[in-house]
Amino acid sequence: MSGVLEKLAQYLAFPFVRYALIVGVLIALCSALLGVTLVLKRFSFIGDGLSHVAFGAMAIASVLKLTDQMPLTLVLTILCAVLLLRTGQNAKIHGDAAVAMISVGALAIGYLLLNLFSTSGNLSGDVCSTLFGSTSILTLTKTQVVLSGVLSLIVVAVFVLFYDKIFSVTFDETFARATGTRAEACNLLIAVVIAVIIVLAMNLVGSLLISALVIFPALSAMRLFKSFLSVTVCSAVLSVCCAVLGILISILAGTPVGSTIVAADLVCFILCSLIGAIRGGA
Amino acid sequence: MSLISCENLSLGYDGHVIVRDLSFRVESGDYLCIVGENGSGKSTLMRTILGLQAPMAGRIEFGDGLLRTQIGYLPQQTQVQRDFPASVREIVLSGCQNRQGLRPFYTRKEKEIARGNMEKLGLLPLARRCYRELSGGQQQRVLLARALCATQRILLLDEPVSGLDPIVTAEMYDTVERLNREEGIAVVMISHDIDAAMRYASHILQIGSDLFFGTCAEYAESGPVLTAERRQA
Ligand SMILES: Nc1ncnc2c1ncn2[C@@H]1O[C@H](COP(=O)(O)OP(=O)(O)OP(=O)(O)O)[C@@H](O)[C@H]1O
Ligand SMILES: [Mg+2]
Repeated sequence: MSGVLEKLAQYLAFPFVRYALIVGVLIALCSALLGVTLVLKRFSFIGDGLSHVAFGAMAIASVLKLTDQMPLTLVLTILCAVLLLRTGQNAKIHGDAAVAMISVGALAIGYLLLNLFSTSGNLSGDVCSTLFGSTSILTLTKTQVVLSGVLSLIVVAVFVLFYDKIFSVTFDETFARATGTRAEACNLLIAVVIAVIIVLAMNLVGSLLISALVIFPALSAMRLFKSFLSVTVCSAVLSVCCAVLGILISILAGTPVGSTIVAADLVCFILCSLIGAIRGGA
Repeated sequence: MSLISCENLSLGYDGHVIVRDLSFRVESGDYLCIVGENGSGKSTLMRTILGLQAPMAGRIEFGDGLLRTQIGYLPQQTQVQRDFPASVREIVLSGCQNRQGLRPFYTRKEKEIARGNMEKLGLLPLARRCYRELSGGQQQRVLLARALCATQRILLLDEPVSGLDPIVTAEMYDTVERLNREEGIAVVMISHDIDAAMRYASHILQIGSDLFFGTCAEYAESGPVLTAERRQA
C-alpha cells in the first residue's frame, strides 16, 4: 500500500500529471452538471452527434497544420450544435435523422481528410488517440490547460446562474414559455454549452467516449435521488470521483486514461443501480 | 377594462382555420367555462391566449395591467417523463420563474409565495416527495399550485379534472371556486362537464360548430344545444 502511495507522490511531482488531474476534474464536473439536463431533455443524441462533429473538426484543424487545434474545433462544434438544434426543432425534418447524417458525415470526412493530407507517420495512432483520447490528457500544453480551465469555470458559472431556468425548461417547456421564459434562448445556451463541454472532454476521453462521461453520472444519480437538485449534485460528485479514480489508476497501471475513467463510471452506475434496486425493493 | 378581450379571433395551425370569428371578454373575478366537443379548438384557444402560437386573424388584448406572462396556466397534459427527478417544492417554485427575469436564484419572497400556495392546496406534507410518485389528483394539485405562483389575477385551466375520481373532482372544483370567490382570481376553465360548468361558472363560451358567449343564465335559456355532451349525459 505504501508503495502505491509513494509511486503516486512521485507521479504527482510532475506538473503534467497535476494539470491532467485538475483539467480532468473540471471537465468531469461540467459534463456531469449538464448531463442531467441532457438525459432528461432527450438531448443525449445531440451530444453523441456533436462528439463526431468534433472529431471531424479536429481533423480539419490538423490538416490545416494549426499549432493549437482547440479554438477551430470549438467554433465548428458550436456552429453544428446550433444547426442541429434548429433542425431538431423543425418538426418537418426528423431531428434524429439529421443528427445521424451530420455525425456520420463528419466522421467520414474527418478520416478521409486525415488520410489524404496527413504527413504524420503514425496515422492510425493519431486517429485512435483522437477517438479514444489515449494519452492526450497527459500531453496538454500550458495554454491548453489554461483554456480548458477557463472554459470549464465559465460552464459551471453559466449552469449555476441559469439553474432555475434550466430546470423550468427541462421540466415543462410549454409552461416555461407561457410564463415568459425564453425557451429558445435557453435551449440555444444549453446546446452551446454542450458543444464546449464536448470539445473539452475530447482531451480527456476522446470523441467516442464522451457520451459516457456525460450520461453515466446522471443515470447513476437518478437511481439514488429524486429531486433535481440532489440528482445534479450527486451526479457531479460521482463524476469527479470517477474521473480522479480513473486518472490515478491509469497512471499507476499504465492503462489508457479515457477508457479507465469510463470503466469507473460504468462500475459506479452498476453499484448505484444495485443500491437503488435494494432500497426500492425494501 | 377587461382582463382579456378577444375580437374576431381566428385560430388554427399551418394556414388551416379551426375556429373563426371568436369574440369574448374576461373581466376580473369572472369564472368562464369553455365547452365544446373534442377537437373543436379549446386547447388551441388557450395556447393562443398564452402566446404559444399566433392567432390567424383578430386581436387579443390584455387590460387592467395584466401581462401575458402573468397568467397561471394548467396544461391539459404535461408530458413529464416517467423517470424525471423533481420534488413537489421544486416544481411549485418554478411557477415563480416569471417574476425572476434574468436574475439568478429565487428570492426569499418567492420561496414564501411558493410555500403559501402549497399550504393553500394542502401540499406541504408532500413538499419533499417526488412528483412522479404522486397520484394523478395530487399531481394536478401540484401543477395548480405552480400556476398560482405565476399569477395573482387569472388562471387558465385546461381540463383540470380529466382522469380524476368523483371525490377528487369535487375537491378540485371546490378549490378553484374558493380561489375565485375568496381571492378574486378570474378563472378560465375548459371542461366537458356541462353540469358542473353551469353550477360553478359565471359565463360560458362554447366553440365548435355553434359559437356562444354569455352568462350561464343566458346559456340555459338560449344556448345552442351541445350535441356531444348532451348525448353523453
Ligand atoms: N400541433 C398541431 N398541429 C396541427 N393541428 C393541430 C395541432 N394540435 C391540434 N391540432 C388540431 O386542431 C384541432 C383543435 O385541437 P385542440 O387540441 O385545440 O382541441 P380541443 O378542443 O382542446 O379538444 P379536446 O377536447 O380533445 O382537448 C384538432 O382538430 C387538432 O387535430
Ligand atoms: Mg384540449
